[in-house]
Amino acid sequence: MWQGVYEELKDRGLVVITVALDMDAEAARPWIEAARPSHPSLVDPRHVVADLFNMVNVPTVVWIDERGRIARPNDVAFGTDTFRHITGIEAARHLGLLRAWVRGETAALGEADTRARLSLPTPADQQARAEFGLGQWLFAHGRRDAAAAHFVRAGELAPHDFTIRRGSMPMRGVDPMGPEFRAMLGDWTKAGHRYYVPLED
Amino acid sequence: MSDTFTLIVEGPPVEKPARWAELEPLAARLERPLATDPDERAAFLGVSARTRAARLASLEAPDFTLPDLAGQPHSLAEHRGLKVFLVAYGSW
Repeated sequence: MWQGVYEELKDRGLVVITVALDMDAEAARPWIEAARPSHPSLVDPRHVVADLFNMVNVPTVVWIDERGRIARPNDVAFGTDTFRHITGIEAARHLGLLRAWVRGETAALGEADTRARLSLPTPADQQARAEFGLGQWLFAHGRRDAAAAHFVRAGELAPHDFTIRRGSMPMRGVDPMGPEFRAMLGDWTKAGHRYYVPLED
Repeated sequence: MSDTFTLIVEGPPVEKPARWAELEPLAARLERPLATDPDERAAFLGVSARTRAARLASLEAPDFTLPDLAGQPHSLAEHRGLKVFLVAYGSW
Protein backbone atom coordinates (compact mmCIF):
# COMPACT_ATOMS: atom_id res chain seq x y z
CA MET A 1 0.00 0.00 0.00
CA TRP A 2 2.51 2.62 1.10
CA GLN A 3 5.13 1.37 -1.36
CA GLY A 4 2.61 2.02 -4.13
CA VAL A 5 2.10 5.56 -2.88
CA TYR A 6 5.87 6.04 -2.80
CA GLU A 7 6.43 4.70 -6.31
CA GLU A 8 3.67 6.90 -7.65
CA LEU A 9 4.85 10.12 -6.03
CA LYS A 10 8.59 9.85 -5.39
CA ASP A 11 9.46 11.59 -8.63
CA ARG A 12 7.29 14.49 -7.50
CA GLY A 13 9.38 15.02 -4.37
CA LEU A 14 7.62 12.82 -1.82
CA VAL A 15 9.30 10.36 0.51
CA VAL A 16 7.28 7.84 2.48
CA ILE A 17 8.54 6.90 5.92
CA THR A 18 6.79 4.03 7.65
CA VAL A 19 7.23 3.39 11.35
CA ALA A 20 6.25 0.08 12.92
CA LEU A 21 4.98 0.52 16.47
CA ASP A 22 5.74 -3.13 17.11
CA MET A 23 7.34 -4.80 20.07
CA ASP A 24 10.57 -5.51 18.27
CA ALA A 25 12.08 -5.72 14.80
CA GLU A 26 11.11 -9.38 14.48
CA ALA A 27 7.42 -8.58 14.99
CA ALA A 28 7.61 -5.96 12.24
CA ARG A 29 9.78 -8.02 9.88
CA PRO A 30 7.07 -10.06 8.10
CA TRP A 31 5.11 -6.92 7.30
CA ILE A 32 8.11 -4.98 6.08
CA GLU A 33 9.46 -7.85 4.00
CA ALA A 34 6.05 -8.43 2.42
CA ALA A 35 5.88 -4.78 1.43
CA ARG A 36 9.35 -4.83 -0.17
CA PRO A 37 9.76 -1.12 0.45
CA SER A 38 12.27 1.11 -1.24
CA HIS A 39 11.54 3.89 1.23
CA PRO A 40 12.67 4.06 4.88
CA SER A 41 10.76 1.45 6.92
CA LEU A 42 11.61 1.95 10.54
CA VAL A 43 11.01 0.06 13.76
CA ASP A 44 9.89 1.84 16.93
CA PRO A 45 9.29 -0.57 19.81
CA ARG A 46 9.27 2.21 22.39
CA HIS A 47 6.69 4.23 20.40
CA VAL A 48 8.87 7.32 20.26
CA VAL A 49 7.04 8.62 17.19
CA ALA A 50 3.66 8.10 18.88
CA ASP A 51 4.95 10.18 21.81
CA LEU A 52 6.41 12.96 19.62
CA PHE A 53 3.29 13.34 17.46
CA ASN A 54 0.67 12.34 20.05
CA MET A 55 -0.51 9.33 18.06
CA VAL A 56 -3.12 7.15 19.72
CA ASN A 57 -4.06 4.67 16.99
CA VAL A 58 -2.76 3.09 13.81
CA PRO A 59 -2.32 3.69 11.06
CA THR A 60 -1.74 7.38 11.68
CA VAL A 61 -0.49 9.68 8.97
CA VAL A 62 1.31 13.03 9.27
CA TRP A 63 2.30 15.18 6.31
CA ILE A 64 5.51 17.18 6.67
CA ASP A 65 6.58 19.76 4.11
CA GLU A 66 9.97 20.52 2.58
CA ARG A 67 10.83 22.90 5.40
CA GLY A 68 10.18 20.25 8.03
CA ARG A 69 6.87 21.79 9.08
CA ILE A 70 3.73 19.82 9.83
CA ALA A 71 1.45 20.29 6.83
CA ARG A 72 -1.31 17.95 7.98
CA PRO A 73 -1.36 16.59 11.51
CA ASN A 74 -2.50 13.17 12.81
CA ASP A 75 -4.99 11.47 10.65
CA VAL A 76 -6.17 7.95 11.29
CA ALA A 77 -6.29 6.99 7.63
CA PHE A 78 -6.40 3.28 6.99
CA GLY A 79 -4.41 2.16 4.02
CA THR A 80 -7.14 -0.20 2.91
CA ASP A 81 -10.83 -0.01 3.54
CA THR A 82 -10.67 -2.99 5.90
CA PHE A 83 -11.65 -0.97 8.93
CA ARG A 84 -13.73 1.61 7.14
CA HIS A 85 -16.90 0.41 8.82
CA ILE A 86 -15.29 1.19 12.16
CA THR A 87 -13.75 4.57 11.43
CA GLY A 88 -15.78 5.83 8.50
CA ILE A 89 -12.63 7.33 7.04
CA GLU A 90 -12.11 7.08 3.32
CA ALA A 91 -8.54 6.21 2.54
CA ALA A 92 -9.08 6.90 -1.13
CA ARG A 93 -10.11 10.48 -0.41
CA HIS A 94 -7.08 10.97 1.76
CA LEU A 95 -4.78 9.73 -0.99
CA GLY A 96 -6.52 12.02 -3.48
CA LEU A 97 -5.75 14.98 -1.24
CA LEU A 98 -2.16 13.77 -0.88
CA ARG A 99 -1.67 13.51 -4.63
CA ALA A 100 -3.06 17.01 -5.15
CA TRP A 101 -0.72 18.40 -2.51
CA VAL A 102 2.36 16.62 -3.82
CA ARG A 103 1.64 17.63 -7.39
CA GLY A 104 1.25 21.25 -6.32
CA GLU A 105 -2.38 21.36 -7.42
CA THR A 106 -3.51 22.39 -3.96
CA ALA A 107 -1.88 23.93 -0.96
CA ALA A 108 -1.97 21.90 2.22
CA LEU A 109 -4.10 23.13 5.09
CA GLY A 110 -3.03 26.61 6.12
CA GLU A 111 -1.23 27.10 9.42
CA ALA A 112 -4.36 28.17 11.31
CA ASP A 113 -6.31 25.12 10.12
CA THR A 114 -3.36 22.84 10.80
CA ARG A 115 -3.05 24.14 14.37
CA ALA A 116 -6.81 23.80 14.87
CA ARG A 117 -6.60 20.14 13.88
CA LEU A 118 -3.68 19.27 16.14
CA SER A 119 -4.45 16.92 18.97
CA LEU A 120 -2.25 17.82 21.91
CA PRO A 121 -1.27 15.49 24.73
CA THR A 122 -2.33 15.88 28.34
CA PRO A 123 -0.19 15.23 31.41
CA ALA A 124 -2.03 11.91 31.84
CA ASP A 125 -1.11 10.97 28.27
CA GLN A 126 2.54 11.66 28.97
CA GLN A 127 2.48 9.77 32.27
CA ALA A 128 0.92 6.87 30.33
CA ARG A 129 3.76 7.05 27.81
CA ALA A 130 6.33 6.98 30.61
CA GLU A 131 4.65 3.86 32.05
CA PHE A 132 4.57 2.30 28.59
CA GLY A 133 8.24 3.14 28.04
CA LEU A 134 9.18 1.50 31.33
CA GLY A 135 7.08 -1.53 30.48
CA GLN A 136 8.69 -1.81 27.07
CA TRP A 137 12.20 -1.62 28.57
CA LEU A 138 11.35 -4.29 31.16
CA PHE A 139 9.82 -6.50 28.46
CA ALA A 140 12.87 -6.10 26.22
CA HIS A 141 15.07 -7.14 29.16
CA GLY A 142 13.12 -10.29 29.88
CA ARG A 143 11.12 -9.02 32.86
CA ARG A 144 7.75 -9.70 31.32
CA ASP A 145 5.65 -10.01 34.44
CA ALA A 146 6.99 -6.72 35.77
CA ALA A 147 6.39 -5.11 32.37
CA ALA A 148 2.71 -6.10 32.35
CA ALA A 149 1.88 -4.01 35.42
CA HIS A 150 3.19 -0.90 33.71
CA PHE A 151 1.28 -1.58 30.51
CA VAL A 152 -1.90 -1.94 32.54
CA ARG A 153 -1.17 1.29 34.40
CA ALA A 154 -0.47 3.08 31.12
CA GLY A 155 -3.80 1.88 29.77
CA GLU A 156 -5.61 3.18 32.85
CA LEU A 157 -4.03 6.61 32.34
CA ALA A 158 -4.85 6.72 28.61
CA PRO A 159 -7.91 4.51 28.13
CA HIS A 160 -8.56 5.50 24.53
CA ASP A 161 -4.97 5.15 23.37
CA PHE A 162 -4.93 2.10 21.12
CA THR A 163 -1.15 2.29 20.67
CA ILE A 164 -0.78 1.69 24.38
CA ARG A 165 -3.69 -0.60 25.21
CA ARG A 166 -3.73 -2.65 22.05
CA GLY A 167 -0.05 -2.13 21.23
CA SER A 168 0.93 -3.75 24.53
CA MET A 169 -1.27 -6.81 24.00
CA PRO A 170 1.41 -8.89 22.26
CA MET A 171 3.76 -8.06 25.14
CA ARG A 172 1.10 -9.03 27.70
CA GLY A 173 0.26 -12.30 25.95
CA VAL A 174 -3.24 -11.01 25.15
CA ASP A 175 -4.91 -11.63 21.78
CA PRO A 176 -5.10 -8.25 19.98
CA MET A 177 -8.30 -9.41 18.26
CA GLY A 178 -9.90 -10.85 21.40
CA PRO A 179 -12.45 -9.69 23.98
CA GLU A 180 -10.26 -7.03 25.58
CA PHE A 181 -9.84 -5.30 22.22
CA ARG A 182 -13.54 -5.62 21.41
CA ALA A 183 -14.43 -4.04 24.73
CA MET A 184 -12.01 -1.21 24.08
CA LEU A 185 -13.49 -0.66 20.64
CA GLY A 186 -16.97 -0.54 22.15
CA ASP A 187 -15.89 2.09 24.63
CA TRP A 188 -14.25 4.14 21.86
CA THR A 189 -17.36 4.02 19.74
CA LYS A 190 -19.56 5.04 22.66
CA ALA A 191 -17.23 7.98 23.25
CA GLY A 192 -18.12 9.16 19.75
CA HIS A 193 -14.93 8.06 17.95
CA ARG A 194 -13.06 10.57 20.01
CA TYR A 195 -9.94 10.58 17.86
CA TYR A 196 -11.65 10.55 14.50
CA VAL A 197 -11.36 13.85 12.68
CA PRO A 198 -13.38 13.93 9.47
CA LEU A 199 -11.60 15.01 6.29
CA GLU A 200 -12.50 18.49 5.20
CA ASP A 201 -14.89 18.76 2.25
CA MET B 1 23.17 -1.22 50.57
CA SER B 2 23.77 -0.82 46.86
CA ASP B 3 21.67 1.83 45.19
CA THR B 4 22.22 0.71 41.63
CA PHE B 5 19.25 1.29 39.41
CA THR B 6 18.48 1.90 35.75
CA LEU B 7 17.10 5.22 34.54
CA ILE B 8 15.75 5.29 31.01
CA VAL B 9 15.28 8.80 29.64
CA GLU B 10 13.18 9.91 26.68
CA GLY B 11 13.81 13.46 25.51
CA PRO B 12 16.26 15.94 27.07
CA PRO B 13 19.02 14.07 28.90
CA VAL B 14 19.50 14.49 32.62
CA GLU B 15 22.33 13.73 34.99
CA LYS B 16 21.36 10.48 36.64
CA PRO B 17 20.83 11.03 40.37
CA ALA B 18 23.07 9.11 42.74
CA ARG B 19 20.20 7.66 44.72
CA TRP B 20 16.85 6.10 43.86
CA ALA B 21 15.17 8.39 46.38
CA GLU B 22 16.26 11.42 44.35
CA LEU B 23 14.31 10.36 41.27
CA GLU B 24 10.88 11.63 42.25
CA PRO B 25 12.13 15.03 43.47
CA LEU B 26 14.13 15.36 40.24
CA ALA B 27 11.12 14.60 38.09
CA ALA B 28 8.98 17.00 40.10
CA ARG B 29 11.57 19.77 39.76
CA LEU B 30 11.80 19.19 36.00
CA GLU B 31 8.00 18.79 35.71
CA ARG B 32 8.51 15.61 33.70
CA PRO B 33 6.54 12.35 33.95
CA LEU B 34 8.26 9.54 35.83
CA ALA B 35 7.37 5.85 35.94
CA THR B 36 9.12 3.71 38.52
CA ASP B 37 9.42 0.05 39.38
CA PRO B 38 11.09 -0.17 42.78
CA ASP B 39 11.24 -3.98 42.73
CA GLU B 40 13.01 -4.00 39.37
CA ARG B 41 15.11 -0.92 40.26
CA ALA B 42 14.19 0.70 36.96
CA ALA B 43 12.62 4.04 36.15
CA PHE B 44 11.60 5.90 33.01
CA LEU B 45 11.72 9.70 32.76
CA GLY B 46 9.52 10.99 29.95
CA VAL B 47 8.71 14.29 28.33
CA SER B 48 6.07 16.66 29.67
CA ALA B 49 2.81 17.37 27.88
CA ARG B 50 3.77 21.04 27.87
CA THR B 51 6.99 20.35 25.97
CA ARG B 52 5.33 18.02 23.48
CA ALA B 53 2.36 20.33 22.95
CA ALA B 54 4.53 23.41 22.48
CA ARG B 55 6.60 21.67 19.83
CA LEU B 56 3.52 20.44 17.96
CA ALA B 57 1.82 23.83 18.18
CA SER B 58 4.89 25.45 16.62
CA LEU B 59 4.24 23.18 13.59
CA GLU B 60 7.96 22.33 13.50
CA ALA B 61 7.87 18.55 13.08
CA PRO B 62 9.91 16.97 15.87
CA ASP B 63 12.95 15.09 14.59
CA PHE B 64 13.55 11.45 15.38
CA THR B 65 16.09 8.76 14.56
CA LEU B 66 15.01 5.12 14.36
CA PRO B 67 16.53 1.96 12.88
CA ASP B 68 15.39 -0.05 9.89
CA LEU B 69 15.33 -3.85 9.95
CA ALA B 70 19.07 -3.92 9.23
CA GLY B 71 19.71 -1.69 12.22
CA GLN B 72 20.63 1.32 10.09
CA PRO B 73 19.50 4.57 11.69
CA HIS B 74 17.33 6.97 9.70
CA SER B 75 16.27 10.48 10.70
CA LEU B 76 13.33 12.60 9.65
CA ALA B 77 15.70 15.54 9.20
CA GLU B 78 17.61 13.71 6.43
CA HIS B 79 14.62 14.35 4.17
CA ARG B 80 14.51 18.13 4.52
CA GLY B 81 13.75 19.47 1.04
CA LEU B 82 11.23 16.70 0.30
CA LYS B 83 7.63 16.32 1.32
CA VAL B 84 7.31 13.51 3.85
CA PHE B 85 4.35 11.13 4.23
CA LEU B 86 4.92 9.66 7.69
CA VAL B 87 2.86 6.60 8.51
CA ALA B 88 2.85 4.83 11.85
CA TYR B 89 1.30 1.35 11.93
CA GLY B 90 1.29 -1.78 14.04
CA SER B 91 0.84 -5.46 13.36
CA TRP B 92 -1.52 -5.66 16.32
